[in-house]
Amino acid sequence: MSSKNFSNWAAVEGANPLIPHTAELIVGFIAFSLLFLVLRSKVVPMFEKAFTARTEAIQGGMEKAERAQIEAERALAQYTNQLNEARSEAQKIREDARVQGAAIIEDLRSKAAEEAGRITAAATAAIEAERQQAVTSLRNEVGALATELAGKIVGEVLDDQVRQSRIVDRFIADLEKSK
Amino acid sequence: MGVRLASEDGFKPPSTADFELPPVFADNPFTTKPVFLVFFSVILISVFFILASRKAAIVPSKLQFAGESVYGFVRNDLARDVIGHEFMRFVPYLFTLFTFILTNNLFGIIPFLQFPTMSRVSFPYVLAMFTFVIFHYVAIKHKGLIAYLKEIMFMPGVPKPVYILLTPIEVATYFLVRPLTLSLRLFANMFAGHLLLLVFILGGEHLLQGVIGLKLVSPFAFAFGIALTFFEFMVQCLQAYIFTLLTALYIAGALADEH
Repeated sequence: MSSKNFSNWAAVEGANPLIPHTAELIVGFIAFSLLFLVLRSKVVPMFEKAFTARTEAIQGGMEKAERAQIEAERALAQYTNQLNEARSEAQKIREDARVQGAAIIEDLRSKAAEEAGRITAAATAAIEAERQQAVTSLRNEVGALATELAGKIVGEVLDDQVRQSRIVDRFIADLEKSK
Repeated sequence: MGVRLASEDGFKPPSTADFELPPVFADNPFTTKPVFLVFFSVILISVFFILASRKAAIVPSKLQFAGESVYGFVRNDLARDVIGHEFMRFVPYLFTLFTFILTNNLFGIIPFLQFPTMSRVSFPYVLAMFTFVIFHYVAIKHKGLIAYLKEIMFMPGVPKPVYILLTPIEVATYFLVRPLTLSLRLFANMFAGHLLLLVFILGGEHLLQGVIGLKLVSPFAFAFGIALTFFEFMVQCLQAYIFTLLTALYIAGALADEH
């Protein structure tokens, strides 16, 4: 840079830029203080209020969600519990039914056996009675027939009932003895 | 090269004089452009944030969300993360600081305004003074004057002869370096950024009036000026962030029990 330019440059140079102006210092002080008062009284409390409200809203929401979660877990535990109870109850009922069924079958079987026994006994008794009856009647008939036959053979009428009967008895007894 | 050639044709490169704007009304020093811009920023920030925060709804509107994003950034990422559990006391100050610096910085690239207020050193001085007073006040109140001074001058856990070196450094750090670097960093960034934009845009304009060869170079100067505008946007945000972050750090240091 030539000396001419330099002097030119120096001529337009103002005051030292590091020296403050009194008017500007006052203005800066007042303006900044004013802004500080406005922001502190009007803006900061409102923003803080919004922040607090938001935090509370979020926390409230979270607490609500947490409560719902706990509630859901509780309900789930309850349902699981109930389900288990129902299962074990069903198991018990099934077991009972099985036992009862077995008892019923056993009962029926014993009853049937008893009935069969009874029927068998009755039948046996009836058969025995019938046999007895048959023996008795047979004895009578055979006696009469035999007597008649013997009478015919020996020509002797054995009509005396008592004697006849005694002969037949003796005959049969002999018969049974020989057997 | 072009600038130099042009300057021989009468081009005056931008200088510190470009920051000395004359009063609008007579000689009243309270009617300069930076003064108007500062008050405009106060109105702009107040109106925007009052409108954004007025409803304080749980589900925010777009406006409230925008306001809350800025406020939440300062409150959570700066104040809370740096200062710790007592941060809420300092949120209004840090919030004011951040929005005030950011808005005034952005004035540097907003069309028609196009002047970063913080390139006038008085404003960073005032802000640094606020921070300086606050962090010393907090420290004295928290630790007591004697204990605080003792902590600054005789850092515990250091061999005695080292104090010869350390004490002046520490005293200078707390009472001189901190406020000065805080204000000058902001000032110098805004000042240099604005100067750079002036060089490229005024230079481009001047080249356009030169011979045909220079006219062809001119678009490059403008293009660079536009690129630098984006760069400046980044620097302006960054400087607002740094100033607020350092203030928060100084306050955190004032509240810390151990050095």
